[in-house]
Amino acid sequence: MSAINKFAEQIRPIVVSNKRVGQYHQIILNVGDVVTNCRPGNFIAINVGGESTRMILRRAFAISRVSTSGVLGGTMELIVAPHGQGSRWLCSLQEGAEIDAITPLGSAFGIPTSPVNALLVGGGYGSAPLFGLAEVLKSRGCRVDMYLGASTGSKIYAPMEGKRAVNTLRIYTEDGSMGEIGRVTAPIAQLIAEGAVDVIYSCGPMGMLSAISSIVKGSDVVHQCAVEESMACGVGICMTCVIPVADEFGVTTMKRSCIDGPVMDGSLVQWNLVGKIPEVTP
Amino acid sequence: MIDMSTTLGTAWFAHPIFTASGCASSGKELAQFINLEDIGAVVTKSVMNKARHGRPTPRMAETASGMVNSIGLQGPGIDSFLANDLPWLVENRARVIVSIAGETVEEYAVLARKLRSAPGISAVEVNISCPNVENRGLVFACDPDASRNVIDGVRRALGGELPIIAKLSPDVTDLVSIARGVIDSGADGLALINTVLAMVINIDSMRPHLAGKTGGLSGPAIKPIAVRAIYQVHSAMPKVPILGMGGVSSGRDALELILAGASGVSVGTASFGNPSAVTQIQNELQFLLEARGFTSLTQAVGYAHRIEEASTS
Ligand SMILES: Cc1cc2nc3c(=O)[nH]c(=O)nc-3n(C[C@H](O)[C@H](O)[C@H](O)COP(=O)(O)O)c2cc1C
Ligand code: FES
Repeated sequence: MSAINKFAEQIRPIVVSNKRVGQYHQIILNVGDVVTNCRPGNFIAINVGGESTRMILRRAFAISRVSTSGVLGGTMELIVAPHGQGSRWLCSLQEGAEIDAITPLGSAFGIPTSPVNALLVGGGYGSAPLFGLAEVLKSRGCRVDMYLGASTGSKIYAPMEGKRAVNTLRIYTEDGSMGEIGRVTAPIAQLIAEGAVDVIYSCGPMGMLSAISSIVKGSDVVHQCAVEESMACGVGICMTCVIPVADEFGVTTMKRSCIDGPVMDGSLVQWNLVGKIPEVTP
Repeated sequence: MIDMSTTLGTAWFAHPIFTASGCASSGKELAQFINLEDIGAVVTKSVMNKARHGRPTPRMAETASGMVNSIGLQGPGIDSFLANDLPWLVENRARVIVSIAGETVEEYAVLARKLRSAPGISAVEVNISCPNVENRGLVFACDPDASRNVIDGVRRALGGELPIIAKLSPDVTDLVSIARGVIDSGADGLALINTVLAMVINIDSMRPHLAGKTGGLSGPAIKPIAVRAIYQVHSAMPKVPILGMGGVSSGRDALELILAGASGVSVGTASFGNPSAVTQIQNELQFLLEARGFTSLTQAVGYAHRIEEASTS
């Protein structure tokens, strides 16, 4: 048996609820016992379109939160933006619908063994897994600050109950329709200079992750980011989801974001080479 | 119990469904979902002599009932493959068909020489048809002379130790003559089909969607092309074993390829949507063969070619 995705199971969960929240849908699935192996950062790959669909590939969604309590047993929350055909299909499902899913997949955010000052940065619906992460960090005695950003207020995902797990929550929109005007990355340099942060966890568009990596560079702040690259299989067999990542010796190879990620060390991702091929052969 | 075993040249397999090259990585990744011992064989991702990054992203676009990919043969190179991936597969009791790809006739021969002494390999699939190379002129399987030269070199390097399966492209005018050429040069069997050269244009950027511009189409969309290719070649050379592939995602699809003339079937893109597809398809196929009264898989191979039976009425 291999160690890759060793907790992954192919399951048939039922949609317990499906609610619209701003521009997103909050979907709850009863996934059963697999929740015990789901960690913040992991994702779920879902078959979309039903029996006679033309869509042959699974869609990957970050696990927003899991819960083991409640009458339903293990449940999982997903925050889905109905952007493409597949996610629109998922968002159109009625309560009681059964789906085909594989989870938990991919790497998870590393949790520090002793309490640290953590900054969680989310872009758009990328903030979804950060609330589950915040709860875990809080339970380990960490200070948790969260910055969320989006182009406009309706694209911010910040549920009421999620705010309980954070010490402070600041929101930035480019059009100023919610929170402060500007980009979520703007205040980070200041925080680092003040020594107010030890670890940054980020989740959102690649441009934002790349910007945070350059701000962090030269400091001893650890940056764990969940990358986004389009995936065909989600389980490491197709090689479509690769991004250039350096190893400890500085040698860059194309790593699969589905099994070597989605959570990666931001200082090792070669952001300037994303969408290109490293010059020298490995 | 129906006999599901099959042969490709001198290689015997207990089961008829295989992974398709490039759609199971090196096998490890699928082991969480299927029992590698229970399938025909793992056909490995085409390995080249040196490590390779492949093509830039985006490398994939989903299309109606299919996908277009331009991975470009990313891989660790043959030495790392032999040191790490192959021993793992052998340890885990998987049957292994190693797929090789080269940029020159010599590279194929070098690869074959390295495989000759490696333990645990059942056959060598020679990928002369990858559409994801910089220069379309380099697709050996589009040129009868080039494809013969490659197979000739591989045959000499292997010295008859392992069966050779030549993997061909459907993107040619006369598939049968290419097939005949590689068989005459010493291939023991054929793998049909590789992906179909294709392109997707992104209507937002209004440019080709893939960074490599063109890619290979796979999945259910190409199954009828695979059935046609296998039927044509089996019809011309009924004794030549064919490993069929192209859009197989159910037992019914696999049966179609077998009736057309395939002795074994590789499953590629279907594993992306369902990592246990290979095993499921194998079980469905067995059921379908039994339901049609076959007592062995080999009876069904090429059955669609049988001569009209005399009317009984
Ligand atoms: C992502 C991807 C990678 C592939 N890589 C290889 C490869 O390395 N070598 C090869 O001979 N064929 C490769 N193929 C082709 C498949 O082995 C197979 O011939 C083709 O996809 C048709 O089968 P399918 O429709 O079941 O996928 C690849 C196909 C896909 C989709
Ligand atoms: S999505 Fe297939 S390897 Fe990552």
